Amino acid sequence: MAGMTVDGIYQLLLNQFGEEQIRQLHTESKDPWIEVAAGSIASVAEHVKSTPELAFDLLCNLTGVDYFETSPKLVAKFPYTPHVEVVYHLYSIRHRHRLVLKVHLPRWQDETPGRLPEIPTVSHVWGIADWHEREAFDLVGIHFLGHPNLVRILCPDDWVGHPLRKEYELPLEYHGIRGK
Amino acid sequence: MTTQLDDPRIIEFDVRTDEMLVNMGPQHPSTHGVLRLLLRTDGEIVHEVTPHIGYLHRCAEKVGENLSGPQWIPYTDRMDYLAGMNMNLGMALAFEKLLNIEVPEKAMIIRVIICEMNRIASHLLGMGAYGLDLGSFSPFLYALREREIILDLFEEVCGARLTYSYLTIGGATHDFPQSIPFPSGLAALTGHAPGEPVSWSEAVRIFLDWLEHRIFEYHTLLTRNSIFIKRTAGLGALTAEMAISYGCTGPVLRGSGVDLDLRRDGEPIYTRMYDGYDYEIPVAPFAGDLSIPHEVVPGDNWCRFYVRMKEVNQAIHLIRQGLDRYPTASGSHRIPFKMTTKLPKDECYLETEAPRGNMGFYIVGDGQAEPLRARAKSSCFCNLSVTAPLCQGVLLADVPAIVGSLDIMMGEIDR
Repeated sequence: MAGMTVDGIYQLLLNQFGEEQIRQLHTESKDPWIEVAAGSIASVAEHVKSTPELAFDLLCNLTGVDYFETSPKLVAKFPYTPHVEVVYHLYSIRHRHRLVLKVHLPRWQDETPGRLPEIPTVSHVWGIADWHEREAFDLVGIHFLGHPNLVRILCPDDWVGHPLRKEYELPLEYHGIRGK
Repeated sequence: MTTQLDDPRIIEFDVRTDEMLVNMGPQHPSTHGVLRLLLRTDGEIVHEVTPHIGYLHRCAEKVGENLSGPQWIPYTDRMDYLAGMNMNLGMALAFEKLLNIEVPEKAMIIRVIICEMNRIASHLLGMGAYGLDLGSFSPFLYALREREIILDLFEEVCGARLTYSYLTIGGATHDFPQSIPFPSGLAALTGHAPGEPVSWSEAVRIFLDWLEHRIFEYHTLLTRNSIFIKRTAGLGALTAEMAISYGCTGPVLRGSGVDLDLRRDGEPIYTRMYDGYDYEIPVAPFAGDLSIPHEVVPGDNWCRFYVRMKEVNQAIHLIRQGLDRYPTASGSHRIPFKMTTKLPKDECYLETEAPRGNMGFYIVGDGQAEPLRARAKSSCFCNLSVTAPLCQGVLLADVPAIVGSLDIMMGEIDR
């Protein structure tokens, strides 16, 4: 019932993919997490799902987080370096254990504001990743490479900007509806 | 030229028809809110379903980034507005996990009683609305009558009937009232004198005793109704593999035969609430239940419906045990929590078993009282995503039957 510990999973992934791809294990958190390089997230996802002793068959949550502080007063106290993270919360129904995978991305691809950071899709591994990735693209502004249908899901198709980015500002007008 | 065919449906394929795009919703009565389904149909056969969501998007996650935890609670009510208490609980527990808050025993018992009552209310409405989808009107009226009494009892506890904000970080806002006037709705049904003083717990017990007998009637009215069985059994069969891949949880997953219930399998901060309670988790194909119609296939519409109906019985059982423990419980109904409490530079994710599936909250703190990221992972969002593969090749009239059996709640999907 107990399943594997996060240290055991980390060692298993490290042996399979090496230090280049499995960046670090962070245990000083409520939910320990493993940081994975952006390029190999799809193969790591396939591995943790298909390996019998891991069997992470349920993708509980996939989301993006924008680590950025816009207020000049608070920016000195902000404890993170500005970046964007994609977080995968996994659960194994067979072994009843959990895993958190994280991928660090730059806020903008090639430091060009407006170019969305890119990461390979995992929608071929878990069916639900399709919708979760569409939502992360829509709200946080992350481009999932190889996604079959990467269009907005909650906002209208012609919406401009990604609302969960910290510097996002409400538009002044949308189809005759007054904004801000 | 005439041909003799054994199966009259074959005519459908013989006659060449043009494909037609049909918009179902967003204002369609059987879409349970504002869901738009774009159907590509050939005659009566549906080839493709594309759900379009977002009509009820109220930026709950962006709002959460600008408010502290206690201020965000009223917004969680409005996610799954048929199970506001369960939404409050999921969010409160996520903050408690992040801040290492231990809730007193009494608060935990209050939470179990209240959440299970809300589960009954939600499943009753789910049952009634599903009957309505399939053209049977009367179960809906009975279901609303019963739900009304639960709302009356909630009103006595917290003053609200739909958006409660009752379960909060550190416990619950109020203790159960010692004495309430006997709710007139319940009095009319049970023959008691309305307005007479009664303790809240006693009123709940009277209601549960009365409701338990009604459940049998619903089974004869709907569950074993031969028209209902024809519309649901063997239809929309969802395999366990597909349910897991699409992230389905709650009654949808258990209807497909996967034994996963977070009240038993969740994280310790949640499961310890249910420690020592005796209850069963109904899972298809319901081994030992001899009253299952023979047309039923594991994972079909009927199984999903039946899991919910059985969960109502289990919830009644759980509430009774909670009420037994309540008078002797130690501690207070809440521990104080300041609205300006700063969140640590940490993060946590917590899922709870809401009536419609696993509701997850992901909170990232950055030293301020307002979280850096407040994510609400919706269970119905995942359950709805399975519509497209499930509705492929079914008859047009079966689309509402399949979507209804998933028991979706648009407020939670769009947040």
